[in-house]
Amino acid sequence: MGAYIVRRILVGAALLVTMSLVTFLLFFATPVDYARLACGKTCQPAQIEEVRKSLGYDDPVLVQWGKFMKGVAVGREFPDDPALRAAAPQLVTECPAPCLGYSTQTNSLVGTTIKERLPVSLSLALVAFILWIVVGVAFGVIAALRKGTLIDRGIVGIALFFFAFPTFFVGLFLYTYFAIKWQVFPIPRYTPIADGGVWPWLQNLLLPGATLALFYMAGYVRITRAFVLESMGEDYVRTARAKGLPKGVILRKHTMRAALTPLVTMAGLDLASLAGGAIITEAVFNYQGLGLLAGTAARNGDLSMSVGIVVTLAAFVIAANIIVDVLYAVIDPRVRVG
Amino acid sequence: MSTSFLSVNDLKVHFPTEDGLVKATDGLSFDLERGETLGIVGESGSGKSVSSSTILGLHRGSKARVSGEILLDGVDLLTLSDEEMRQRRGKDVAMIFQDPLSAMHPYYTVGNQIAEAYRVHHDVSKKAAKARAVEMLERVGIPQPDRRVDDYPHQFSGGMRQRAMIAMGLINDPSLVIADEPTTALDVTVQAQILDLLQDLQTEFQTAIILITHDLGVVAEMADDVLVMYAGRAVEYGTVKEILTHPEMPYTWGLLSSVPDVSGDPDAALLPIPGNPPSLLNPPSGCAFHPRCTHRDKVAGDLCRTQLPDLVPGPRGGVHLKRCHLSDPDVIYRAEILPEIAPDLVEEL
Repeated sequence: MGAYIVRRILVGAALLVTMSLVTFLLFFATPVDYARLACGKTCQPAQIEEVRKSLGYDDPVLVQWGKFMKGVAVGREFPDDPALRAAAPQLVTECPAPCLGYSTQTNSLVGTTIKERLPVSLSLALVAFILWIVVGVAFGVIAALRKGTLIDRGIVGIALFFFAFPTFFVGLFLYTYFAIKWQVFPIPRYTPIADGGVWPWLQNLLLPGATLALFYMAGYVRITRAFVLESMGEDYVRTARAKGLPKGVILRKHTMRAALTPLVTMAGLDLASLAGGAIITEAVFNYQGLGLLAGTAARNGDLSMSVGIVVTLAAFVIAANIIVDVLYAVIDPRVRVG
Repeated sequence: MSTSFLSVNDLKVHFPTEDGLVKATDGLSFDLERGETLGIVGESGSGKSVSSSTILGLHRGSKARVSGEILLDGVDLLTLSDEEMRQRRGKDVAMIFQDPLSAMHPYYTVGNQIAEAYRVHHDVSKKAAKARAVEMLERVGIPQPDRRVDDYPHQFSGGMRQRAMIAMGLINDPSLVIADEPTTALDVTVQAQILDLLQDLQTEFQTAIILITHDLGVVAEMADDVLVMYAGRAVEYGTVKEILTHPEMPYTWGLLSSVPDVSGDPDAALLPIPGNPPSLLNPPSGCAFHPRCTHRDKVAGDLCRTQLPDLVPGPRGGVHLKRCHLSDPDVIYRAEILPEIAPDLVEEL
C-alpha cells in the first residue's frame, strides 16, 4: 500500500508538471496579444514591444515555462535582474520555492494571492459539501425505502428541480429573500474563523453553501437511491434479514455500506473541483475566492496567476483521486487483502 | 389439527404484478418432524424457494399475498407480528443459502457475520460472540478457526464458505433449518462432505431440515420425505423410498430419467424433460405439466388439459400422494420408464 501511494504521488507530480506546460502552451495559442492588452489601447508598437519584454512574453514559450519550473524548484526573483538587485534591492521581490510566479496585474506573488483566496473557496466548498452530503444521502435513502411512492417521486423531482435551475438564479433568490427581505441571515460576507469564531464564519457561509449544495444534491440523491436499491436486492441483505437483524441494523450495516463506494468517488472529486472555486456563486455573493480570481486572471490575460491557479486546482483533483483510491482499500477488504 | 413439529397447510404465495397474478406457491401442504429431512425437488421456478423463504417470513414487506398456515410447534408463523417473526428468524428457523459468496457481505469478516447472527438473539459481549463463532467454525470443520475467523469471505474457498454459511445458520441451535441448494455451487467431493456435515449436525441437535434441491441424488442420500413441486404445486409427496422406487407422476419420472448414470454407458444420451417450465403468470389449464407430458394420451378424454387432478393417494395407498390422472402409473413406470433408467432393477421390483 505504501509503495502504491508513493507511486501515485510521483505520477501525480508528473501530471502537475505537464498541466503547467499545457497551460503555457494554451495561453500563447490564443489569438490575443497579451502584451498589447496589458499596455492599453493607445500604445504604439514600440511601447507594446517594451511591455512584452518587461512581462517576459518575448521569450519562447518553453523558456518561459522553464523559468516557471525553476521558480517552483528553487525559487526566483522578480524582476530577475542582477544589476537592479545590486543597485536597488528594495525593488526586487523575493519569491522562495515553490514559487508560482509574480503577477504584474495584482503586483503580488501568485502564491501569496492564492494563499489569501484559498480559505474562502475551501470554506465555501466544505460547508456546501457537508450540506449536500447530509441532505442528499438522507433523502436518497428515504427515496429508496419509499420506492415508487409519492415521497420517492417528490424527492427526486425536487432534487432535479434545483439541479435544473442555474446557480446564479438560486443564489440571487436566496440572497434576495433570506438575506435582504426576510433578514434570516446577515448579508453574506466572508468572515475568517480567526476573526470571529466558528459561528459567524458558518452563518455567513450558509447561503452561498446552500446555493452550491442545492445544485450538487441532485446527483447524490439519485446515486444514493440507486445504490441503496441495488444493495437491498443483494443476497447478503437477504442473509441479514434471515438472521433476524432489525431493519435499522440491516440498512446501516449491510445496505448502506455497499452504497458507500460510489458515494466516496463522487464526493471526493466534487469536493476537489469545488475547492478550486465556484465562480458564479462567488460572484453572486461577492466572495473573493479562487473562482473569481481565476475568472479575472483569465479575462485579463494574467498568465502567472492563471498558471498558478490551474496548478493548484489540478493538485487538489490529483490529491482527491489518490485519497479516494486509498479510501477504496479502507472500505472494501477485497481491495485491501488479496 | 396436526401434531407435527412443522405443519404447512394450504400455503399460497401470490405476487400481484402488472401483468397479472403470479401464483408462485398455490396450495402447498406438508408435515415435518424434528430430526427428519424433507427434500423439496423441482425445476427452477417451481416455487421451492418462495415457499421456504415464506416459512422464514422473508416475504414480509414485499407485495406477496400469503394465505394458509405455517404451524411451527403449534404456533402459526403467518399470524405473528413482524417483530415476533424477526425474533424467531435465525433463532428458531434458520436458512442456509446457496452461493455463499454473494450471500455473505463482502465487506465484513466471516467471524463478524457469524457472531452477528449470534448477538442478535443473545445478549452477549462481542468477545463472547466471537468465541462462539470460532467454536461453530471448528464444529463445521474449518481448520485453524481462531485465525480464519478474521478472514473475509473472498479469502475462503467455496466449500469453506458453505461451511461458514452452515455455521452461521446453526449458531443459535435452530429447530428448523431450511437449506436452499446448499451444495449446488460445489464440486462433488465437497458436496458429499457438506451433506455429511449437515447430517451429523442434524443427529446432534435433532434439527428438522427442509432441503431444497433439484438433485435427486442429494435427496436420496439426505431426505426422509420428498415433495416434488411443479408450477407452484405439489405433484408428488411421500417417503423417499416410495418416491424413488415407485414414482407415480410423469414429472417425477422425467426428473429421474434426467439424472446422469455414472455407472452406465458414458456415451448414453441424457433424457431431458421436453419443453420448458411453464410461466406462472399464465399456467397451462388442467394439469400444469400436461403440455410436456408424454403420457397424457393414456388418460381417457381430454382430462389432463381440462381438469386439475387432486393430490390423492395413488394405487399403492399409504402416505404416497400424487397429482395425476393416470390410473395405473406403477404399471407404466415398470414397463416403460424403469427399463430405460435402471434396467438392472426391473427384476427386483
